[in-house]
Amino acid sequence: MSGADGRVQAPLGRRRLTVSSNEPSGGYRILSALDEAGPAPAAGQFYMLAAESGWGGNAERPYLPRAFSVAEAEVTDKGLRLDFLLEDVGPGTHALAALEAGEGLMVTGPLGRPFSAPREINLDAAGAILVGGGLGLAPLAILRKALGERGVPLRTLLGFRDEAHSGGMELFRCCEVGLASEDGHAGHRGYVTDLLAAMLDGDQAASGVVYSCGPPAMLEAVRTMCAERGVACELALETPMACGFGACFGCAVPLAEGGYMRLCVDGPVVGGNQIETAMPAGSGHRG
Amino acid sequence: MSASPVEFCGIELEHPIINGSGTFDANAARRVFGDELIAAANFPFSAFVSKTITPAPRPGNPPPRLWEEAAGMINSIGLPNKGIEGFLEHDLPGLGELPVPLIVSVMGTSAEEFTTLIEGVAERPEVDGLELNISCPNVHSGLIVGEQPTETLALLNAVRPLTGKPLIVKLTPNVADPVAIARAAEAAGADAVSLINTVKARAIAPGSSEPWLGAGSGGLSGPAVRVIAVKQVADVAEAVAIPVVGMGGVERGSDARDLLAAGATLVAVGTASFRDPLAGARIRAELAELAMS
Repeated sequence: MSGADGRVQAPLGRRRLTVSSNEPSGGYRILSALDEAGPAPAAGQFYMLAAESGWGGNAERPYLPRAFSVAEAEVTDKGLRLDFLLEDVGPGTHALAALEAGEGLMVTGPLGRPFSAPREINLDAAGAILVGGGLGLAPLAILRKALGERGVPLRTLLGFRDEAHSGGMELFRCCEVGLASEDGHAGHRGYVTDLLAAMLDGDQAASGVVYSCGPPAMLEAVRTMCAERGVACELALETPMACGFGACFGCAVPLAEGGYMRLCVDGPVVGGNQIETAMPAGSGHRG
Repeated sequence: MSASPVEFCGIELEHPIINGSGTFDANAARRVFGDELIAAANFPFSAFVSKTITPAPRPGNPPPRLWEEAAGMINSIGLPNKGIEGFLEHDLPGLGELPVPLIVSVMGTSAEEFTTLIEGVAERPEVDGLELNISCPNVHSGLIVGEQPTETLALLNAVRPLTGKPLIVKLTPNVADPVAIARAAEAAGADAVSLINTVKARAIAPGSSEPWLGAGSGGLSGPAVRVIAVKQVADVAEAVAIPVVGMGGVERGSDARDLLAAGATLVAVGTASFRDPLAGARIRAELAELAMS
């Protein structure tokens, strides 16, 4: 079932998926699981993930599930396969990285507000620019597929810190991608936002729509860059989150108009002009 | 020690598992999960306790608001809410559609503010009872109402005559003697007490000597506080004759059984719902199984 903003509603409660694979992808991993009961998610939605065993219970940490944007959702002969891109950086991601095929992955989702279609953001939109940083390429992979199927002209820019902190490129194997890396190991040496600035400045008019996900500082740079040039943008944000369904009020993001939004139910995709900053305190914390 | 129907302050409940205030937003969850959530067979609690409302809207605390800790978490949410007018207009209609009785949690900084809240809420037909969150300072005395028996007594004396509906007083664990507060609440006519609220806590930001949470400190919840809750619920239940709602780190049916054995009439599930939206239903089922064995 879908809500007014295109969000797909989640089956009630938490369910067990079976991990179908969990393979390294550069410095990251792609965790895949079969979702027999769930609906196909919309691009930009996320799931709360926890390993079936060794999570909560007698283990001290991890205790809370972890929020992950879905990177790919593909109908296979065994059911809907969900792909998540992760990096082993803390107790939760470590437990997820250690899951093996056949083990249980507990999920709640799909959750949250997805990306909008380009013309829902800008009536004159002529195409879309996808800008991803590090693990933030995940929701852009499923978005690229969705927009591509609708014939939207697409340009994709991806940036990484260094070789150890990069991966997931197979999610974009279909298509041309502009690359940047801070250490220069791939593509432009520098930030992906350098590429975006050049692209926006080269465009004839502010007719594109920018979709972006990545580290908070990168998102803030994208947001500012788009605002300065009058380009509409949607950003997929990340904050520490306990529940993912509006219960805990922990995932507060300051709004441009004052006050806060709950990123889990009013995001994670937000309009660039909706928020005061894309880097609220605590937003870079992962585990 | 059963999962059977139970009478609480004159309200008939299907079973003894409810939610802790501020740990489940039924209206938001309905947007996420759809109307399945409010089917009587699915709703995880036998009564619903709303998030605390205050007279004026509050934005809540600056982020970060959460910290995962060993076997639990610290929160410093800061009671964001739409204020009583926003609650009555936007939230109450949805809460009125829930398939279970509704208890509205209110917090003021004076007897006058509590009066405004209780008068605004209690007469609404959707509302079956009120929970008084007394973890806030009294603006007149500067004292935290729930930390002082005299303050608790004075507040209840002022507001008890305002409504015939059940008044539940939420107790803090951050006092030397919660029994004294519970006795004061009972003496002034409270219909029930609920405990424990979160335990004051602070986390230090990684690689820093500064507090992690935007508000500096917050409240610890989850399994880490469970045995504190068992002790305080037992002490309070022994000291007062009014019903006790026990909560704190309940994850399993056996945790609920422990609180019922300690003297609680109802058990509230809080942080466990963050991990699993239907934790309340699972805990109830586990409790029923334990009662059979």
